[in-house]
Amino acid sequence: MSDLIYTKGLKKYFKTPRGMLHAVDDINLTIPAGKTLGVVGESGCGKSTLGRTMIRLIDATEGSVMFEGKDINTFNKKEMKEFCKEAQMIFQDPYSSINPRMSVAQLIAEPMIVCKTVSGKKELEERVKQLMDTVGLAPRFYYSYPHELDGGRRQRIGVARALALDPKFVVCDEPVSALDVSIQAQILNLLMDLQDQHQLAYMFITHDLSVVKHISHRIMVMYLGECIEYAETDELYENPLHPYTKALLNAIPIPQLGAKKNIETISGELKSPIEPAPGCRFAPRCPYAKPECMNEKIREIQITPTHKVACTLYY
Amino acid sequence: MANEKLLEIKDLHVVYHTDEDDVYAVNDLTLSLDKGQTLGLVGETGAGKTTTCLSILRLLPDKIGEVTGGSIRFNGKDILGISEEEMRDIRGQEIAMIFQDPMSSLNPVYTVGYQIAEALKYHSTEYKTEQEIEKRVEEMLALVGITPERKNDYPHQFSGGMKQRVVIAMALACDPKLLLADEPTTALDVTIQAQVLKLINELKDKLKTAVVLVTHDLGIVAETCDSVAVMYAGTVIEGGPIETIFGGENHHPYTVGLFGSIPNLKVKTKRLSPIEGLMPDPADLPKGCAFSPRCPKCMDICRTTEPPKVFEGEHMIKCHLFNMNKEVEA
Repeated sequence: MSDLIYTKGLKKYFKTPRGMLHAVDDINLTIPAGKTLGVVGESGCGKSTLGRTMIRLIDATEGSVMFEGKDINTFNKKEMKEFCKEAQMIFQDPYSSINPRMSVAQLIAEPMIVCKTVSGKKELEERVKQLMDTVGLAPRFYYSYPHELDGGRRQRIGVARALALDPKFVVCDEPVSALDVSIQAQILNLLMDLQDQHQLAYMFITHDLSVVKHISHRIMVMYLGECIEYAETDELYENPLHPYTKALLNAIPIPQLGAKKNIETISGELKSPIEPAPGCRFAPRCPYAKPECMNEKIREIQITPTHKVACTLYY
Repeated sequence: MANEKLLEIKDLHVVYHTDEDDVYAVNDLTLSLDKGQTLGLVGETGAGKTTTCLSILRLLPDKIGEVTGGSIRFNGKDILGISEEEMRDIRGQEIAMIFQDPMSSLNPVYTVGYQIAEALKYHSTEYKTEQEIEKRVEEMLALVGITPERKNDYPHQFSGGMKQRVVIAMALACDPKLLLADEPTTALDVTIQAQVLKLINELKDKLKTAVVLVTHDLGIVAETCDSVAVMYAGTVIEGGPIETIFGGENHHPYTVGLFGSIPNLKVKTKRLSPIEGLMPDPADLPKGCAFSPRCPKCMDICRTTEPPKVFEGEHMIKCHLFNMNKEVEA
């Protein structure tokens, strides 16, 4: 199985007045064609920054993102434009990520006009209609403006825009978190159908562990910029190893009576990602923290061929 | 003691008058809540959950929002009939509200201590002098798990979860009998959400406060509530003790749809079964049952006649399906 996209020691630091902010720190991941990698973590853990670095919306500080064997950070302007056709993004908020002054048809046509993938008005129009059909937008919305549509339909525009160039890889940055549950399920089903039809690879960024379980093949759990656990979906849910993963799973409310008696919580909150102390970044909140957790960088331990965890408990 | 009604809403109708249309936000809503109990108000955006809370506090926008029918009784008192002055005594003192977004419900230019003290100053009959108020502020901060020394900090110095704790402290400062919590954890991360829910649960037991918990998350309801009311297009379409909603056989098709839309952690499903279509426009509600255009079990009668409330003990379903004999249903 060839990997469509993988990263090696990917880092993204931001300069702030108080020091370097480690948004993404030494991430190694691989996504094969047609598969979904779920990236989970709380707000501020660097998931969105990672997603943006993956398609070079922002440049990486260190490390590389290899797409079909080539490092995207070395691409020049022309190569970048080619890469844009292969890798697209669906943004979080369908209310602020599309231009309110463009009609549905204009919005969906825009990427194809920018990248000059179609020739002629007629072909463009046909392609737009075809895309609207793919994402389940009725033809009567062709001339509508975003404010006339609800969140679910707007997000469908976002999906159509991302698919307009027939990409191989799509970064989905919390595509359903701004939507109601019944609409959320519609969009999730759509994304999964499209994956089957077009062999898309997704990087699915979310904080919702039940959504990510539903859609992903592999899951990466992030904490303060670092990958703390990386496993096949079933393995992760059946046998979560890192104390943070366990806490996350424990914190989800389950819509079943008596599913959980006591809500067990971890105390504290995310620490600042600016100039983090060496050692495990979760240690200050971790119930199992030991002195050695604070000392050096935590190694990743390979538990099974498909399950990695970064925790001193498994040394 | 246990079965004393604290809050009783009967046939409530709320209309928003906008420039173009009249928006029917709440239609024929009936609810009741016993002392010390928690009621979960579940529904999607636009179901009228927040409007219901605002009408209980009489905080609907002036001239735009209007209660056009029904009654709200709190502790035996008719809330809609009393004067604004009497209402002000109830607000904060007896009924308090936690608003959805902790980021925007605190004033950024005052310290959190000042803001909690403000609630006491205007509403409390118990804490009058400055020292009493000061002491109470520290007590409240400690209660929600914030060190009292932080009372002189400004909201921006707190994280989202901490701000929500401050808002909870503010709401509970005057020992209200009823707490309206409008999506108190929606803006928070899961681990922080768990902390806040645990806090609300503990405080509820400690202070014997009744809670109306507005949420769209059925998981939260299962973990915290005693009874549930599922809202759709401004009315309760199914309600009752929590066991009847999460267990039992008969459910409103919308409730079934809501459960089908949630990816379940325990069971592996290939596809989710969402509810097709969208919430109706409250300015232009369909005739008959408001859910009928989206309902997989829609019958002819649903499109013409409003469904009656069918009771099975305390479990209420507002649907034609259950109005008939069992044979027809099958």
